[in-house]
Amino acid sequence: MNWDGWLPLLIVLSSLSVGLVIFFLPEERVATRTTLNLTGAVLKLVLVGVIIWGVVHRHHYETRLPLLPGLDLVLRADAESVLFVTLSSGLWLVTTVYAIGYLEGSPHRSRFFGFFSLCVAATVGVALAGNLITFLLFYELLTLATYPLIVHRGTDAAHQAGRAYLTYTIAGGALLLVGTVWLYGIAGSLEFSYRGFVAELADGHRAALIAIFALLIAGLAVKAALVPFHSWLPQAMVAPAPVSALLHAVAVVKAGAFGIVRVVYDVYGIEFAAGLGVTLPLATVAAVTIIYGSMRALFQDDLKRRLAFSTVSQVSYIVLGIALTGPIATIGGLVHLVHQGVMKITLFFCAGNLAETLGIHKVSEMNGVGRRMPWTMAAFTIGAFGMIGAPPLAGFISKWYLGLGALDAGQGWVIFILAGSSLLNAGYFLPILYAAWFKAPPDTWPAERSFGRRETAWALLAPPVVTALLTLALGLLASAPFSPLQWARSITTLEYAP
Amino acid sequence: MAAIPWGVMAILLPLAGAMACFLSPRRASPLGLITALGVVACAAGLGWQVAEQGAQRYAIGGWGAPLGIDLYADGLSLLMLMVTAVVGLGISVYSSGYFNREKAVNFWPLWMFLWSALNALFLSADIFNLYVTLELLGLAAVALVALAGGADALTGAMRYLLVSLLGSLAYLLGVALLYHSFGCLDIALLAERMEPSPAVMAAMGLMSAGLLLKTALFPLHFWLPPAHASAPAPVSALLSALVVKASFYILLRLWLDVFPVTAAGLGQLLGLLGAAAVLWGGLQALRQTRLKMLIAYSTVAQLGYLFLAFPLGSNVAWQGALYLLLSHALAKAAMFMAAGNILCFGGHDRIADLDRVAQRLPLSLAAFGLAGVSIMGLPPSGGFIAKWLLLEAAMRSGQWWWVIILILGGLLAAAYVFKVIGYAFTQAVMTHEARAVPATMEWAALVLALVAILLGLVAPWPLALMEIGLPFGGEAAG
Repeated sequence: MNWDGWLPLLIVLSSLSVGLVIFFLPEERVATRTTLNLTGAVLKLVLVGVIIWGVVHRHHYETRLPLLPGLDLVLRADAESVLFVTLSSGLWLVTTVYAIGYLEGSPHRSRFFGFFSLCVAATVGVALAGNLITFLLFYELLTLATYPLIVHRGTDAAHQAGRAYLTYTIAGGALLLVGTVWLYGIAGSLEFSYRGFVAELADGHRAALIAIFALLIAGLAVKAALVPFHSWLPQAMVAPAPVSALLHAVAVVKAGAFGIVRVVYDVYGIEFAAGLGVTLPLATVAAVTIIYGSMRALFQDDLKRRLAFSTVSQVSYIVLGIALTGPIATIGGLVHLVHQGVMKITLFFCAGNLAETLGIHKVSEMNGVGRRMPWTMAAFTIGAFGMIGAPPLAGFISKWYLGLGALDAGQGWVIFILAGSSLLNAGYFLPILYAAWFKAPPDTWPAERSFGRRETAWALLAPPVVTALLTLALGLLASAPFSPLQWARSITTLEYAP
Repeated sequence: MAAIPWGVMAILLPLAGAMACFLSPRRASPLGLITALGVVACAAGLGWQVAEQGAQRYAIGGWGAPLGIDLYADGLSLLMLMVTAVVGLGISVYSSGYFNREKAVNFWPLWMFLWSALNALFLSADIFNLYVTLELLGLAAVALVALAGGADALTGAMRYLLVSLLGSLAYLLGVALLYHSFGCLDIALLAERMEPSPAVMAAMGLMSAGLLLKTALFPLHFWLPPAHASAPAPVSALLSALVVKASFYILLRLWLDVFPVTAAGLGQLLGLLGAAAVLWGGLQALRQTRLKMLIAYSTVAQLGYLFLAFPLGSNVAWQGALYLLLSHALAKAAMFMAAGNILCFGGHDRIADLDRVAQRLPLSLAAFGLAGVSIMGLPPSGGFIAKWLLLEAAMRSGQWWWVIILILGGLLAAAYVFKVIGYAFTQAVMTHEARAVPATMEWAALVLALVAILLGLVAPWPLALMEIGLPFGGEAAG
């Protein structure tokens, strides 16, 4: 039997089935649930490994099931999907370990982990989607699966955040749906292909194509938290820390950003999109978002809120890289998809550790916390320097390519955006680091829990340390084969006409 | 196998079941369940027959039209029959746990009788037979609404009875006019002999008005929410899921086969009323404080979608409307059943106080949520496929304003569904121990909701069945 046709589906099912089983597990079956969660995560990672190996060796992985007359449900492994699927399955394993530690002893864990798995299944579906309708299907599924996680705690604040999230994402999904149907009506196909399919099939409808582009991007911008569709994201930080990690790094904002990658490169094609004159407005929106997000982050005292505004800013680097019409900027944008995820997940894990161990939620409470939790704060420091873009960390690589790419594309103004944003990043991260390492700790922490001689539980400490090391490795080993940078390079050669 | 008239069996079996339940009231529940399984088998048999051999025509007693009565099964009637079988089985399983012995004695014969009338309606090949079955259906439905007892239910039932009779009467007048003009009642013969005349226009107006009243199209929907909300849960489910669809089915048949589709203006009018229903029903649903009223207004909105196909008129649009009908039948039945479980468990259906109940009934809430996904039209679900087809048809025909209605309707649906779902996630503690809900009732709701979701993944199959016998005219697969 040939497995090539089923492997993409198996990757989706590996977490979908785990999620469905977990829903029916009684609350007290902790060991079974943990085993299932970890087995699913590891199995998925192994399958993704097989796919990477196969794609390099020119295997063709595609699952195609009929959905409607003329439209199929397509899951396919191409260069972009491999990049995203590797990121989300890798980070999912870490997040699962973290979530198991974080939620120990709290109620409704079966419900939580059930939706948690569905969420990742949907993300992997988004990553592997081979056409726009499959993408739409999983994109909406992601909305539905995330909502229960955001309102998990059931507090009034959680409900408010959940309502904001739904209002934005369902409206965004509706725009995406209209754009997709309209495009299907004009082009008669929705199949992603390198350098786009629109130029070939619908060249005559330029005005309609611009409108469709606006609809599709607006629908995706909601999840990618572009200004002015961003305000659900800072509100959603009331959710438990693993959910924040999922929202900010593994799944939701990434699905939005990845969707923009797909629309610009594989639906329209970058050169055709530039010809339509739609990339410059997109780049402008991204630039505005970068500066706006950083400015807002500067004034937040709540740590997770500050990180959330930082995400608003950082995800737009990806969009900026995509929208600047040049191969080097593309590399920067694509590689930042991975780098931002790894760095931001580190920061959110650390924020969760501070809240769980010491009851610290605010930046102003962080004085001297580096002495109490050195490992956590070391990881936080690496993540923060990465965000600022200090060499040799992952964030430096992204910004370097973005800057070079902007010059290469003849868009010098972008340099000022990048420089200004780096200054702002430093402005909101360095005071935290200073307070944590150099100020004197208070006599008592807001709500301290003791973990013996260790600073916190293993399951909470290991994940941020691992992702911090990864941040370092992604920067140092950027030129190694199979690094995200190399992968982004090979995607770029496929997306630009020789 | 091929010689067995499965269609006739599908009518006679529930009728026999009704008799058996009536004669042996102590065993009504098991007898009803057995009959339900039998009807599902008949529908499957008919499905196999139609898929293998194409559309079927039976002449009852060997007398063909125009003298005798014909039964006719093409893709359209087959799908209606099948969805009735699936929903009917779900309702039967649910009811076996829902009713106490005293109520069960009355419920089962009426429900079996109603099922028989429904199946006969979907298989009728002439407009008078359609009238008879419609009337039988209405009477059984009214009796079932009154089953709950109490002032609310009786008022609702009385209003429902009057509306039902008025609707059938208008329809019957139209039938008389047509018979007078053409001397036949068979749909196929009428289609051949049809030529526009004032009498035909009058007949069309009367029949459409009567059927619209029975389908509760805005602004003729006033009777539906009280009747559907005051009935016992399984009855609400079967009314919303199946009974209102029967009059829509007749309208669709007449529109597609009998009347010359030259009245483009009327199509636009139906579309406009449908759009108003989508918006009005959605807004009203959002305003309700009682769960069952919310679901009933959601039915008003969803019925509105069905009429958006009339101004579009293309093959894809009919397919979309019919797909919506199928998925709505499953999803709405599941929703009413879930609401019934909540009512049963907590003793009330005030939405604001749902939090204490919702956590104790995760399966029912899951059923409500999954059904809600289909009602909102989010993927993957039957509702999404339907909405996609309608959107596609609207885009293709250039009538983009229907797109706006479809999208707004979806957003409203999301708003009222999540208004309920949100209550499942609370920190509230259960204060009193209420009576437990039988597992069969929880699972019946969940399984129907799952089928509605599943319809989103197997669409090519029902869509192909729909085309058998080309009920929408035109070439296959648009």
